[in-house]
Amino acid sequence: MLRLQKVSKVFNKNTVNEKVIFDKFDFTIEEGEFVVIIGSNGSGKSTLMNLISGKIIADSGKILIDGIDVSSQLEHIRAKQVGRVFQDPLMGTASNMRIYENLAMARKKGKKFGLKWCISKKDIQEYREMVKSLGLGLENHLNTKVGLLSGGQRQALTLLMATMQKPKILLLDEHTSALDPKTAGIVLDHTEKIIKENNLTTLMITHNMNDAIKLGTRLVMLSGGKIIFDAKGEEKKNLTPEILLRKFSEVEHCI
Amino acid sequence: MEGILTMLGATSQGLIWGVMVVGLYITFRILDFADLTVDGSLALGGSVSAILIYNGVNPILSLIIATFAGILAGCITGILHIKFKIPGILAGILTMTALYSINIRIMGKANTPLLGKNTIFTVISEWFDGLGANSKMISEIVLGLIVCAVIIAIMYWFFGTEMGYAIRAVGNNKHMVCAMGINVGLMQIIALALSNGLVAFSGALVAQNQGYADINMGVGTLVCGLAAVIIGEAFVKQESNFAVKLIFAVIGSVIYRLIIALALQIGMNPSDLKLFTAIIVAIALGLPKIMKRKEKQQC
Ligand SMILES: Nc1ncnc2c1ncn2[C@@H]1O[C@H](COP(=O)(O)OP(=O)(O)OP(=O)(O)O)[C@@H](O)[C@H]1O
Ligand SMILES: [Mg+2]
Repeated sequence: MLRLQKVSKVFNKNTVNEKVIFDKFDFTIEEGEFVVIIGSNGSGKSTLMNLISGKIIADSGKILIDGIDVSSQLEHIRAKQVGRVFQDPLMGTASNMRIYENLAMARKKGKKFGLKWCISKKDIQEYREMVKSLGLGLENHLNTKVGLLSGGQRQALTLLMATMQKPKILLLDEHTSALDPKTAGIVLDHTEKIIKENNLTTLMITHNMNDAIKLGTRLVMLSGGKIIFDAKGEEKKNLTPEILLRKFSEVEHCI
Repeated sequence: MEGILTMLGATSQGLIWGVMVVGLYITFRILDFADLTVDGSLALGGSVSAILIYNGVNPILSLIIATFAGILAGCITGILHIKFKIPGILAGILTMTALYSINIRIMGKANTPLLGKNTIFTVISEWFDGLGANSKMISEIVLGLIVCAVIIAIMYWFFGTEMGYAIRAVGNNKHMVCAMGINVGLMQIIALALSNGLVAFSGALVAQNQGYADINMGVGTLVCGLAAVIIGEAFVKQESNFAVKLIFAVIGSVIYRLIIALALQIGMNPSDLKLFTAIIVAIALGLPKIMKRKEKQQC
Protein backbone atom coordinates (compact mmCIF):
# COMPACT_ATOMS: atom_id res chain seq x y z
CA MET A 1 0.00 0.00 0.00
CA LEU A 2 1.18 3.48 -0.86
CA ARG A 3 0.03 6.61 0.93
CA LEU A 4 0.93 10.26 0.39
CA GLN A 5 -0.06 12.55 3.25
CA LYS A 6 -0.15 16.31 2.78
CA VAL A 7 2.77 16.19 0.38
CA SER A 8 3.90 19.59 -0.90
CA LYS A 9 6.43 20.37 -3.57
CA VAL A 10 7.45 23.78 -4.84
CA PHE A 11 10.11 24.20 -7.50
CA ASN A 12 12.46 27.21 -7.40
CA LYS A 13 11.08 28.34 -4.09
CA ASN A 14 11.38 32.06 -3.30
CA THR A 15 12.42 33.01 -6.81
CA VAL A 16 10.48 34.62 -9.64
CA ASN A 17 10.22 31.16 -11.17
CA GLU A 18 8.51 29.70 -8.12
CA LYS A 19 6.16 26.94 -9.15
CA VAL A 20 3.83 25.15 -6.78
CA ILE A 21 3.32 21.64 -8.11
CA PHE A 22 1.69 19.95 -5.13
CA ASP A 23 0.09 21.62 -2.15
CA LYS A 24 -0.85 19.26 0.69
CA PHE A 25 -1.54 16.47 -1.74
CA ASP A 26 -3.24 13.35 -0.35
CA PHE A 27 -3.35 10.10 -2.26
CA THR A 28 -3.69 6.43 -1.36
CA ILE A 29 -3.21 3.34 -3.46
CA GLU A 30 -4.38 0.05 -2.01
CA GLU A 31 -2.41 -3.16 -2.17
CA GLY A 32 -2.75 -4.76 -5.60
CA GLU A 33 -4.38 -1.75 -7.19
CA PHE A 34 -3.33 -0.85 -10.74
CA VAL A 35 -3.83 2.90 -11.04
CA VAL A 36 -3.64 4.65 -14.38
CA ILE A 37 -2.89 8.37 -14.23
CA ILE A 38 -3.82 10.77 -16.99
CA GLY A 39 -3.47 14.52 -17.14
CA SER A 40 -2.23 17.22 -19.45
CA ASN A 41 1.43 18.15 -19.90
CA GLY A 42 2.87 19.75 -16.82
CA SER A 43 0.09 18.59 -14.50
CA GLY A 44 2.64 16.97 -12.19
CA LYS A 45 2.38 13.30 -13.10
CA SER A 46 6.10 12.67 -13.44
CA THR A 47 6.80 14.81 -10.41
CA LEU A 48 4.43 12.58 -8.44
CA MET A 49 6.45 9.55 -9.47
CA ASN A 50 9.71 11.32 -8.72
CA LEU A 51 8.40 12.08 -5.24
CA ILE A 52 7.44 8.46 -4.68
CA SER A 53 10.73 7.08 -6.00
CA GLY A 54 12.80 9.62 -4.08
CA LYS A 55 14.33 11.24 -7.14
CA ILE A 56 12.79 14.43 -5.77
CA ILE A 57 12.42 14.98 -2.03
CA ALA A 58 9.13 16.53 -0.90
CA ASP A 59 9.21 19.89 0.89
CA SER A 60 6.78 18.61 3.49
CA GLY A 61 4.37 15.78 4.07
CA LYS A 62 4.82 12.04 4.35
CA ILE A 63 5.15 9.19 1.91
CA LEU A 64 4.36 5.79 3.34
CA ILE A 65 5.03 2.44 1.70
CA ASP A 66 3.29 -0.37 3.56
CA GLY A 67 2.87 1.97 6.49
CA ILE A 68 6.56 2.83 6.72
CA ASP A 69 7.55 6.45 6.26
CA VAL A 70 10.09 6.59 3.45
CA SER A 71 10.04 10.34 2.87
CA SER A 72 13.56 10.87 4.15
CA GLN A 73 15.08 7.83 2.43
CA LEU A 74 17.44 8.43 -0.46
CA GLU A 75 16.47 7.28 -3.92
CA HIS A 76 18.70 4.21 -4.02
CA ILE A 77 17.40 3.04 -0.66
CA ARG A 78 13.79 3.45 -1.76
CA ALA A 79 14.62 1.69 -5.00
CA LYS A 80 14.69 -1.55 -3.04
CA GLN A 81 10.90 -1.37 -2.82
CA VAL A 82 10.14 0.58 -5.98
CA GLY A 83 10.39 -0.67 -9.55
CA ARG A 84 10.41 1.97 -12.23
CA VAL A 85 10.27 2.16 -16.01
CA PHE A 86 10.85 5.52 -17.65
CA GLN A 87 9.62 6.94 -20.91
CA ASP A 88 13.14 6.94 -22.33
CA PRO A 89 14.19 3.39 -23.24
CA LEU A 90 17.84 4.33 -22.58
CA MET A 91 17.22 5.02 -18.90
CA GLY A 92 16.53 1.56 -17.55
CA THR A 93 19.42 -0.54 -18.82
CA ALA A 94 23.21 -0.31 -19.09
CA SER A 95 23.93 -0.12 -22.80
CA ASN A 96 27.57 -1.24 -22.72
CA MET A 97 26.71 -4.35 -20.77
CA ARG A 98 25.27 -7.56 -22.15
CA ILE A 99 21.67 -8.65 -21.69
CA TYR A 100 22.58 -11.32 -19.16
CA GLU A 101 24.78 -8.88 -17.25
CA ASN A 102 21.89 -6.44 -16.95
CA LEU A 103 19.62 -9.23 -15.77
CA ALA A 104 22.21 -10.41 -13.27
CA MET A 105 22.21 -6.96 -11.70
CA ALA A 106 18.43 -6.87 -11.58
CA ARG A 107 18.40 -10.21 -9.83
CA LYS A 108 20.60 -8.70 -7.07
CA LYS A 109 18.47 -5.56 -6.87
CA GLY A 110 18.18 -4.20 -3.37
CA LYS A 111 20.76 -6.64 -2.02
CA LYS A 112 24.36 -5.99 -1.17
CA PHE A 113 26.64 -5.63 -4.18
CA GLY A 114 29.69 -7.24 -2.66
CA LEU A 115 32.63 -9.29 -3.82
CA LYS A 116 30.75 -12.38 -4.88
CA TRP A 117 31.05 -13.36 -8.54
CA CYS A 118 27.94 -11.93 -10.16
CA ILE A 119 26.97 -14.70 -12.53
CA SER A 120 26.94 -18.47 -12.91
CA LYS A 121 26.13 -20.89 -15.74
CA LYS A 122 22.93 -21.88 -13.97
CA ASP A 123 21.75 -18.27 -13.81
CA ILE A 124 22.18 -17.86 -17.55
CA GLN A 125 19.76 -20.71 -18.20
CA GLU A 126 17.21 -18.99 -15.97
CA TYR A 127 17.71 -15.65 -17.68
CA ARG A 128 17.14 -17.34 -21.00
CA GLU A 129 13.75 -18.61 -19.82
CA MET A 130 12.80 -15.19 -18.48
CA VAL A 131 13.70 -13.40 -21.67
CA LYS A 132 11.93 -16.06 -23.70
CA SER A 133 8.69 -15.18 -21.96
CA LEU A 134 8.94 -11.73 -23.53
CA GLY A 135 8.56 -13.33 -26.92
CA LEU A 136 10.94 -10.93 -28.63
CA GLY A 137 13.52 -13.50 -29.63
CA LEU A 138 16.08 -12.14 -27.19
CA GLU A 139 16.77 -15.57 -25.70
CA ASN A 140 19.31 -16.25 -28.45
CA HIS A 141 21.11 -12.97 -27.89
CA LEU A 142 21.85 -12.98 -24.18
CA ASN A 143 25.43 -12.09 -25.06
CA THR A 144 24.44 -9.01 -27.02
CA LYS A 145 25.17 -5.60 -25.60
CA VAL A 146 21.93 -3.91 -24.66
CA GLY A 147 22.93 -0.80 -26.63
CA LEU A 148 22.35 -2.76 -29.84
CA LEU A 149 18.71 -3.55 -29.02
CA SER A 150 15.71 -1.62 -30.29
CA GLY A 151 13.84 0.76 -28.01
CA GLY A 152 10.99 -1.71 -27.60
CA GLN A 153 13.32 -4.56 -26.74
CA ARG A 154 15.08 -2.39 -24.20
CA GLN A 155 11.81 -1.29 -22.67
CA ALA A 156 10.61 -4.88 -22.36
CA LEU A 157 13.91 -5.77 -20.75
CA THR A 158 13.64 -2.84 -18.35
CA LEU A 159 10.18 -3.98 -17.36
CA LEU A 160 11.52 -7.45 -16.69
CA MET A 161 14.37 -5.99 -14.63
CA ALA A 162 12.11 -3.68 -12.65
CA THR A 163 9.86 -6.54 -11.62
CA MET A 164 12.32 -9.41 -11.21
CA GLN A 165 12.54 -8.75 -7.50
CA LYS A 166 8.88 -8.14 -6.79
CA PRO A 167 8.63 -4.41 -5.97
CA LYS A 168 6.09 -3.05 -3.51
CA ILE A 169 5.25 -0.33 -6.00
CA LEU A 170 5.75 -0.38 -9.74
CA LEU A 171 5.98 3.03 -11.43
CA LEU A 172 5.50 3.25 -15.19
CA ASP A 173 6.01 6.71 -16.66
CA GLU A 174 4.69 6.72 -20.23
CA HIS A 175 6.85 3.68 -20.74
CA THR A 176 5.45 2.87 -24.17
CA SER A 177 5.14 6.35 -25.62
CA ALA A 178 8.50 6.21 -27.40
CA LEU A 179 7.60 2.96 -29.15
CA ASP A 180 5.83 2.26 -32.42
CA PRO A 181 2.17 1.19 -31.98
CA LYS A 182 2.84 -2.49 -32.54
CA THR A 183 5.76 -2.70 -30.14
CA ALA A 184 3.90 -0.51 -27.66
CA GLY A 185 1.10 -3.06 -27.79
CA ILE A 186 3.47 -5.94 -27.10
CA VAL A 187 5.12 -4.15 -24.19
CA LEU A 188 1.73 -3.18 -22.75
CA ASP A 189 0.49 -6.77 -22.96
CA HIS A 190 3.55 -7.81 -21.04
CA THR A 191 3.06 -5.10 -18.52
CA GLU A 192 -0.46 -6.36 -17.87
CA LYS A 193 0.67 -9.94 -17.66
CA ILE A 194 3.52 -9.27 -15.23
CA ILE A 195 1.33 -7.09 -13.03
CA LYS A 196 -1.42 -9.73 -12.91
CA GLU A 197 0.91 -12.64 -12.31
CA ASN A 198 2.68 -10.91 -9.42
CA ASN A 199 -0.31 -8.92 -8.18
CA LEU A 200 1.83 -5.77 -8.28
CA THR A 201 0.64 -2.47 -6.87
CA THR A 202 1.12 -0.23 -9.88
CA LEU A 203 0.99 3.39 -10.92
CA MET A 204 1.07 4.01 -14.65
CA ILE A 205 1.09 7.30 -16.56
CA THR A 206 -0.24 7.42 -20.07
CA HIS A 207 -1.52 9.94 -22.58
CA ASN A 208 -3.40 7.27 -24.47
CA MET A 209 -7.07 7.45 -23.45
CA ASN A 210 -7.87 4.00 -24.81
CA ASP A 211 -5.06 2.40 -22.82
CA ALA A 212 -6.15 4.35 -19.77
CA ILE A 213 -9.64 2.92 -20.01
CA LYS A 214 -8.65 -0.58 -21.00
CA LEU A 215 -5.88 -1.12 -18.45
CA GLY A 216 -5.83 -1.00 -14.68
CA THR A 217 -8.35 -1.17 -11.90
CA ARG A 218 -8.56 2.55 -11.22
CA LEU A 219 -8.22 5.73 -13.22
CA VAL A 220 -7.05 9.03 -11.80
CA MET A 221 -7.02 12.36 -13.58
CA LEU A 222 -4.50 14.91 -12.41
CA SER A 223 -4.64 18.63 -13.11
CA GLY A 224 -2.59 21.38 -11.55
CA GLY A 225 -1.39 19.05 -8.83
CA LYS A 226 -4.90 17.97 -7.83
CA ILE A 227 -6.94 14.86 -8.45
CA ILE A 228 -9.96 16.01 -10.38
CA PHE A 229 -11.39 12.63 -11.27
CA ASP A 230 -11.03 9.22 -9.67
CA ALA A 231 -12.88 6.17 -10.94
CA LYS A 232 -12.74 2.46 -10.24
CA GLY A 233 -14.82 -0.66 -10.76
CA GLU A 234 -17.98 -0.26 -12.83
CA GLU A 235 -17.53 3.48 -13.16
CA LYS A 236 -14.13 2.98 -14.76
CA LYS A 237 -15.38 0.24 -17.09
CA ASN A 238 -18.08 2.51 -18.43
CA LEU A 239 -15.71 5.33 -19.33
CA THR A 240 -15.17 6.35 -22.93
CA PRO A 241 -12.47 8.59 -24.42
CA GLU A 242 -15.19 11.20 -25.04
CA ILE A 243 -16.13 11.36 -21.38
CA LEU A 244 -12.49 11.76 -20.40
CA LEU A 245 -11.87 14.45 -22.99
CA ARG A 246 -14.95 16.33 -21.79
CA LYS A 247 -13.60 16.21 -18.25
CA PHE A 248 -10.30 17.57 -19.50
CA SER A 249 -11.87 20.52 -21.26
CA GLU A 250 -14.05 21.30 -18.23
CA VAL A 251 -11.02 21.86 -16.00
CA GLU A 252 -9.03 23.67 -18.62
CA HIS A 253 -11.99 26.08 -18.84
CA CYS A 254 -12.00 26.72 -15.13
CA ILE A 255 -8.29 27.56 -15.25
CA MET B 1 72.33 -4.79 -31.06
CA GLU B 2 71.79 -1.32 -29.69
CA GLY B 3 68.41 -1.25 -31.43
CA ILE B 4 67.34 -4.41 -29.66
CA LEU B 5 68.48 -3.01 -26.33
CA THR B 6 66.44 0.13 -26.89
CA MET B 7 63.44 -1.96 -27.72
CA LEU B 8 63.85 -4.13 -24.66
CA GLY B 9 64.24 -1.02 -22.54
CA ALA B 10 61.09 0.48 -23.99
CA THR B 11 59.26 -2.79 -23.37
CA SER B 12 60.21 -2.87 -19.73
CA GLN B 13 59.19 0.77 -19.33
CA GLY B 14 55.89 0.01 -21.04
CA LEU B 15 55.18 -2.82 -18.62
CA ILE B 16 56.14 -0.86 -15.51
CA TRP B 17 53.97 2.05 -16.61
CA GLY B 18 51.37 -0.47 -17.78
CA VAL B 19 50.04 -0.84 -14.26
CA MET B 20 49.21 2.87 -14.35
CA VAL B 21 47.50 2.38 -17.70
CA VAL B 22 45.28 -0.35 -16.23
CA GLY B 23 44.39 2.05 -13.42
CA LEU B 24 43.57 4.76 -15.89
CA TYR B 25 41.49 2.37 -17.95
CA ILE B 26 39.25 1.88 -14.92
CA THR B 27 38.42 5.56 -14.54
CA PHE B 28 38.56 6.69 -18.14
CA ARG B 29 36.89 3.78 -19.89
CA ILE B 30 34.85 2.00 -17.24
CA LEU B 31 33.79 4.89 -15.03
CA ASP B 32 33.84 7.47 -17.83
CA PHE B 33 35.74 9.91 -15.65
CA ALA B 34 38.87 11.82 -16.75
CA ASP B 35 40.80 11.71 -13.49
CA LEU B 36 43.66 14.19 -13.23
CA THR B 37 44.51 12.94 -9.75
CA VAL B 38 46.77 10.42 -11.45
CA ASP B 39 49.48 13.01 -12.16
CA GLY B 40 49.74 13.51 -8.42
CA SER B 41 49.15 9.96 -7.27
CA LEU B 42 51.88 8.56 -9.51
CA ALA B 43 54.40 10.87 -7.88
CA LEU B 44 52.81 10.10 -4.51
CA GLY B 45 53.46 6.40 -5.02
CA GLY B 46 57.03 7.14 -6.05
CA SER B 47 57.64 9.50 -3.14
CA VAL B 48 56.21 7.19 -0.50
CA SER B 49 58.07 4.16 -1.78
CA ALA B 50 61.36 6.04 -2.16
CA ILE B 51 61.35 7.63 1.26
CA LEU B 52 60.45 4.31 2.89
CA ILE B 53 63.24 2.46 1.11
CA TYR B 54 65.62 5.31 1.89
CA ASN B 55 64.80 4.74 5.54
CA GLY B 56 65.41 1.03 5.32
CA VAL B 57 61.92 -0.36 4.80
CA ASN B 58 61.56 -3.52 2.70
CA PRO B 59 60.95 -2.51 -0.95
CA ILE B 60 57.95 -4.84 -1.32
CA LEU B 61 56.35 -3.46 1.83
CA SER B 62 56.98 0.04 0.46
CA LEU B 63 55.02 -0.92 -2.68
CA ILE B 64 52.04 -1.93 -0.58
CA ILE B 65 52.12 1.25 1.51
CA ALA B 66 52.48 3.38 -1.63
CA THR B 67 49.40 1.65 -3.06
CA PHE B 68 47.38 2.55 0.02
CA ALA B 69 48.54 6.16 -0.25
CA GLY B 70 47.20 6.17 -3.82
CA ILE B 71 43.90 4.65 -2.66
CA LEU B 72 43.57 7.48 -0.16
CA ALA B 73 44.25 10.09 -2.85
CA GLY B 74 41.57 8.52 -5.05
CA CYS B 75 39.10 8.59 -2.15
CA ILE B 76 39.74 12.30 -1.69
CA THR B 77 39.02 13.10 -5.32
CA GLY B 78 35.92 10.91 -5.08
CA ILE B 79 34.67 12.66 -1.97
CA LEU B 80 35.34 16.11 -3.46
CA HIS B 81 33.33 15.10 -6.50
CA ILE B 82 30.50 13.18 -4.85
CA LYS B 83 30.00 14.82 -1.49
CA PHE B 84 30.95 18.37 -2.42
CA LYS B 85 29.59 18.19 -5.98
CA ILE B 86 32.81 19.58 -7.50
CA PRO B 87 33.05 18.76 -11.21
CA GLY B 88 35.19 15.68 -11.84
CA ILE B 89 38.03 17.33 -13.71
CA LEU B 90 38.36 20.06 -11.09
CA ALA B 91 38.18 17.57 -8.22
CA GLY B 92 41.13 15.74 -9.80
CA ILE B 93 43.08 18.95 -10.31
CA LEU B 94 42.52 19.96 -6.69
CA THR B 95 43.85 16.68 -5.35
CA MET B 96 46.74 16.72 -7.81
CA THR B 97 47.70 20.24 -6.78
CA ALA B 98 47.48 19.40 -3.10
CA LEU B 99 49.59 16.30 -3.69
CA TYR B 100 52.42 18.40 -5.09
CA SER B 101 52.92 19.97 -1.67
CA ILE B 102 52.19 16.73 0.13
CA ASN B 103 54.78 14.84 -1.90
CA ILE B 104 57.45 17.39 -1.02
CA ARG B 105 56.41 17.07 2.62
CA ILE B 106 56.71 13.29 2.37
CA MET B 107 60.20 13.37 0.89
CA GLY B 108 61.30 16.49 2.75
CA LYS B 109 62.66 17.79 -0.56
CA ALA B 110 61.95 17.63 -4.26
CA ASN B 111 63.59 14.26 -4.86
CA THR B 112 64.89 11.17 -3.13
CA PRO B 113 67.77 9.17 -4.62
CA LEU B 114 67.93 5.42 -4.00
CA LEU B 115 71.60 4.96 -4.87
CA GLY B 116 72.97 1.79 -3.38
CA LYS B 117 69.63 0.85 -1.84
CA ASN B 118 67.92 -2.44 -2.43
CA THR B 119 64.84 -2.17 -4.63
CA ILE B 120 62.56 -4.88 -5.89
CA PHE B 121 64.51 -4.69 -9.15
CA THR B 122 67.94 -5.18 -7.62
CA VAL B 123 66.57 -8.14 -5.67
CA ILE B 124 65.16 -9.79 -8.74
CA SER B 125 68.07 -9.02 -11.02
CA GLU B 126 70.20 -11.14 -8.70
CA TRP B 127 68.17 -14.16 -9.82
CA PHE B 128 69.29 -13.48 -13.37
CA ASP B 129 72.93 -12.81 -12.50
CA GLY B 130 74.10 -15.55 -14.84
CA LEU B 131 72.94 -13.55 -17.84
CA GLY B 132 75.62 -10.95 -17.41
CA ALA B 133 75.19 -7.40 -18.60
CA ASN B 134 71.56 -7.79 -19.61
CA SER B 135 70.37 -9.24 -16.33
CA LYS B 136 68.93 -5.90 -15.21
CA MET B 137 66.83 -5.44 -18.31
CA ILE B 138 65.63 -9.03 -18.36
CA SER B 139 64.67 -8.86 -14.71
CA GLU B 140 62.71 -5.69 -15.40
CA ILE B 141 60.77 -7.32 -18.19
CA VAL B 142 60.10 -10.47 -16.21
CA LEU B 143 58.94 -8.52 -13.19
CA GLY B 144 56.83 -6.21 -15.36
CA LEU B 145 55.16 -9.17 -17.05
CA ILE B 146 54.40 -10.89 -13.75
CA VAL B 147 53.04 -7.75 -12.14
CA CYS B 148 50.85 -6.86 -15.12
CA ALA B 149 49.55 -10.43 -15.38
CA VAL B 150 48.64 -10.55 -11.70
CA ILE B 151 46.96 -7.17 -11.78
CA ILE B 152 44.98 -7.96 -14.90
CA ALA B 153 43.86 -11.23 -13.31
CA ILE B 154 42.73 -9.41 -10.17
CA MET B 155 40.89 -6.77 -12.18
CA TYR B 156 39.23 -9.42 -14.30
CA TRP B 157 38.01 -11.11 -11.16
CA PHE B 158 36.93 -7.84 -9.54
CA PHE B 159 34.92 -6.61 -12.49
CA GLY B 160 33.11 -9.93 -12.57
CA THR B 161 31.90 -9.50 -9.00
CA GLU B 162 28.66 -7.80 -8.04
CA MET B 163 30.52 -4.65 -7.05
CA GLY B 164 32.49 -4.73 -10.30
CA TYR B 165 29.26 -4.99 -12.27
CA ALA B 166 27.87 -2.05 -10.34
CA ILE B 167 30.93 0.09 -11.14
CA ARG B 168 30.77 -0.81 -14.82
CA ALA B 169 27.11 0.13 -14.89
CA VAL B 170 27.79 3.46 -13.16
CA GLY B 171 30.02 4.49 -16.05
CA ASN B 172 27.19 3.59 -18.36
CA ASN B 173 23.91 4.63 -16.82
CA LYS B 174 23.67 6.04 -13.32
CA HIS B 175 19.86 5.94 -13.36
CA MET B 176 19.89 2.21 -13.82
CA VAL B 177 22.40 1.69 -11.02
CA CYS B 178 20.34 3.83 -8.67
CA ALA B 179 17.23 1.89 -9.64
CA MET B 180 19.02 -1.29 -8.57
CA GLY B 181 19.28 0.12 -5.07
CA ILE B 182 23.02 0.82 -5.36
CA ASN B 183 24.74 3.89 -3.94
CA VAL B 184 26.13 5.41 -7.13
CA GLY B 185 28.47 7.84 -5.38
CA LEU B 186 30.04 5.11 -3.28
CA MET B 187 30.77 3.05 -6.40
CA GLN B 188 32.45 6.06 -8.02
CA ILE B 189 34.61 6.61 -4.95
CA ILE B 190 35.59 2.94 -4.85
CA ALA B 191 36.57 2.98 -8.51
CA LEU B 192 38.64 6.14 -8.09
CA ALA B 193 40.36 4.64 -5.06
CA LEU B 194 41.13 1.43 -6.92
CA SER B 195 42.44 3.30 -9.94
CA ASN B 196 44.69 5.63 -7.98
CA GLY B 197 45.94 2.71 -5.91
CA LEU B 198 47.17 1.10 -9.11
CA VAL B 199 48.65 4.37 -10.36
CA ALA B 200 50.55 4.89 -7.12
CA PHE B 201 51.74 1.29 -7.25
CA SER B 202 53.02 1.97 -10.73
CA GLY B 203 54.70 5.16 -9.53
CA ALA B 204 56.44 3.20 -6.79
CA LEU B 205 57.71 0.70 -9.36
CA VAL B 206 58.91 3.53 -11.58
CA ALA B 207 60.81 5.16 -8.72
CA GLN B 208 62.44 1.90 -7.72
CA ASN B 209 63.29 1.20 -11.32
CA GLN B 210 64.86 4.56 -12.12
CA GLY B 211 66.57 4.70 -8.73
CA TYR B 212 64.98 7.91 -7.49
CA ALA B 213 61.67 9.62 -6.90
CA ASP B 214 61.12 13.11 -8.18
CA ILE B 215 58.35 15.57 -7.49
CA ASN B 216 57.74 16.01 -11.22
CA MET B 217 57.75 12.34 -12.16
CA GLY B 218 53.95 12.31 -12.52
CA VAL B 219 53.60 15.25 -14.88
CA GLY B 220 51.68 14.18 -17.97
CA THR B 221 50.69 10.79 -16.56
CA LEU B 222 47.06 11.14 -17.59
CA VAL B 223 47.90 12.04 -21.17
CA CYS B 224 50.55 9.31 -21.55
CA GLY B 225 48.12 6.81 -20.08
CA LEU B 226 45.37 7.89 -22.46
CA ALA B 227 47.75 7.53 -25.38
CA ALA B 228 48.46 3.96 -24.28
CA VAL B 229 44.78 3.15 -23.80
CA ILE B 230 43.90 4.51 -27.22
CA ILE B 231 46.76 2.73 -28.97
CA GLY B 232 45.75 -0.52 -27.31
CA GLU B 233 42.13 -0.09 -28.30
CA ALA B 234 43.08 0.08 -31.95
CA PHE B 235 43.67 -3.68 -31.76
CA VAL B 236 40.57 -4.89 -29.89
CA LYS B 237 36.97 -5.26 -30.90
CA GLN B 238 34.22 -3.62 -28.86
CA GLU B 239 32.86 -7.07 -28.15
CA SER B 240 36.13 -8.45 -26.80
CA ASN B 241 36.54 -10.04 -23.42
CA PHE B 242 37.45 -7.65 -20.61
CA ALA B 243 40.76 -9.36 -19.87
CA VAL B 244 41.74 -9.00 -23.52
CA LYS B 245 40.97 -5.30 -23.36
CA LEU B 246 43.19 -4.87 -20.32
CA ILE B 247 45.98 -6.90 -21.91
CA PHE B 248 45.83 -4.60 -24.90
CA ALA B 249 45.87 -1.54 -22.69
CA VAL B 250 49.23 -2.80 -21.39
CA ILE B 251 50.38 -3.65 -24.90
CA GLY B 252 49.33 -0.12 -25.86
CA SER B 253 51.60 1.12 -23.10
CA VAL B 254 54.52 -0.89 -24.51
CA ILE B 255 53.85 0.33 -28.04
CA TYR B 256 53.66 3.89 -26.79
CA ARG B 257 57.10 3.55 -25.16
CA LEU B 258 58.46 2.02 -28.36
CA ILE B 259 57.13 4.95 -30.41
CA ILE B 260 58.71 7.38 -27.96
CA ALA B 261 62.03 5.53 -28.08
CA LEU B 262 61.91 5.58 -31.85
CA ALA B 263 61.06 9.28 -31.94
CA LEU B 264 64.01 10.03 -29.66
CA GLN B 265 66.30 7.90 -31.76
CA ILE B 266 65.46 9.77 -34.93
CA GLY B 267 66.39 12.97 -33.17
CA MET B 268 63.29 14.35 -31.49
CA ASN B 269 64.00 16.75 -28.68
CA PRO B 270 63.00 15.03 -25.40
CA SER B 271 61.28 18.15 -24.19
CA ASP B 272 58.97 17.98 -27.22
CA LEU B 273 57.69 14.54 -26.22
CA LYS B 274 54.76 15.80 -24.20
CA LEU B 275 53.60 18.01 -27.06
CA PHE B 276 53.93 15.05 -29.40
CA THR B 277 51.90 12.84 -27.04
CA ALA B 278 49.23 15.47 -26.48
CA ILE B 279 48.77 15.87 -30.22
CA ILE B 280 48.48 12.11 -30.71
CA VAL B 281 45.83 11.88 -27.97
CA ALA B 282 43.91 14.89 -29.25
CA ILE B 283 43.79 13.44 -32.76
CA ALA B 284 42.90 9.97 -31.55
CA LEU B 285 40.05 11.25 -29.38
CA GLY B 286 38.80 13.78 -31.90
CA LEU B 287 39.04 11.84 -35.12
CA PRO B 288 36.20 9.35 -34.50
CA LYS B 289 33.84 12.23 -33.68
CA ILE B 290 34.75 14.15 -36.82
CA MET B 291 34.23 11.01 -38.89
CA LYS B 292 30.83 10.48 -37.32
CA ARG B 293 29.77 14.02 -38.10
CA LYS B 294 30.75 13.47 -41.71
CA GLU B 295 28.67 10.32 -41.89
CA LYS B 296 25.64 12.16 -40.58
CA GLN B 297 26.02 15.01 -43.01
CA GLN B 298 26.12 12.57 -45.86
CA CYS B 299 22.68 11.22 -45.08
N1 LIG C 1 13.29 19.91 -11.57
C1 LIG C 1 12.36 20.83 -11.88
N2 LIG C 1 12.58 22.15 -11.67
C2 LIG C 1 11.66 23.06 -11.96
N3 LIG C 1 10.45 22.78 -12.48
C3 LIG C 1 10.16 21.50 -12.72
C4 LIG C 1 11.10 20.45 -12.44
N4 LIG C 1 10.54 19.26 -12.78
C5 LIG C 1 9.31 19.56 -13.25
N5 LIG C 1 9.07 20.88 -13.22
C6 LIG C 1 7.82 21.57 -13.61
O1 LIG C 1 6.77 20.95 -12.91
C7 LIG C 1 5.63 20.85 -13.73
C8 LIG C 1 5.12 19.44 -13.73
O2 LIG C 1 6.04 18.65 -14.42
P1 LIG C 1 5.86 17.09 -14.64
O3 LIG C 1 7.06 16.60 -15.33
O4 LIG C 1 5.48 16.45 -13.37
O5 LIG C 1 4.61 17.06 -15.63
P2 LIG C 1 3.92 15.82 -16.31
O6 LIG C 1 2.53 15.78 -15.80
O7 LIG C 1 4.72 14.61 -16.16
O8 LIG C 1 3.90 16.30 -17.82
P3 LIG C 1 4.11 15.46 -19.16
O9 LIG C 1 2.79 14.91 -19.52
O10 LIG C 1 4.56 16.50 -20.14
O11 LIG C 1 5.14 14.42 -18.91
C9 LIG C 1 6.02 21.36 -15.10
O12 LIG C 1 5.52 22.66 -15.23
C10 LIG C 1 7.52 21.39 -15.08
O13 LIG C 1 8.02 22.45 -15.82
MG1 LIG D 1 5.93 13.37 -17.46
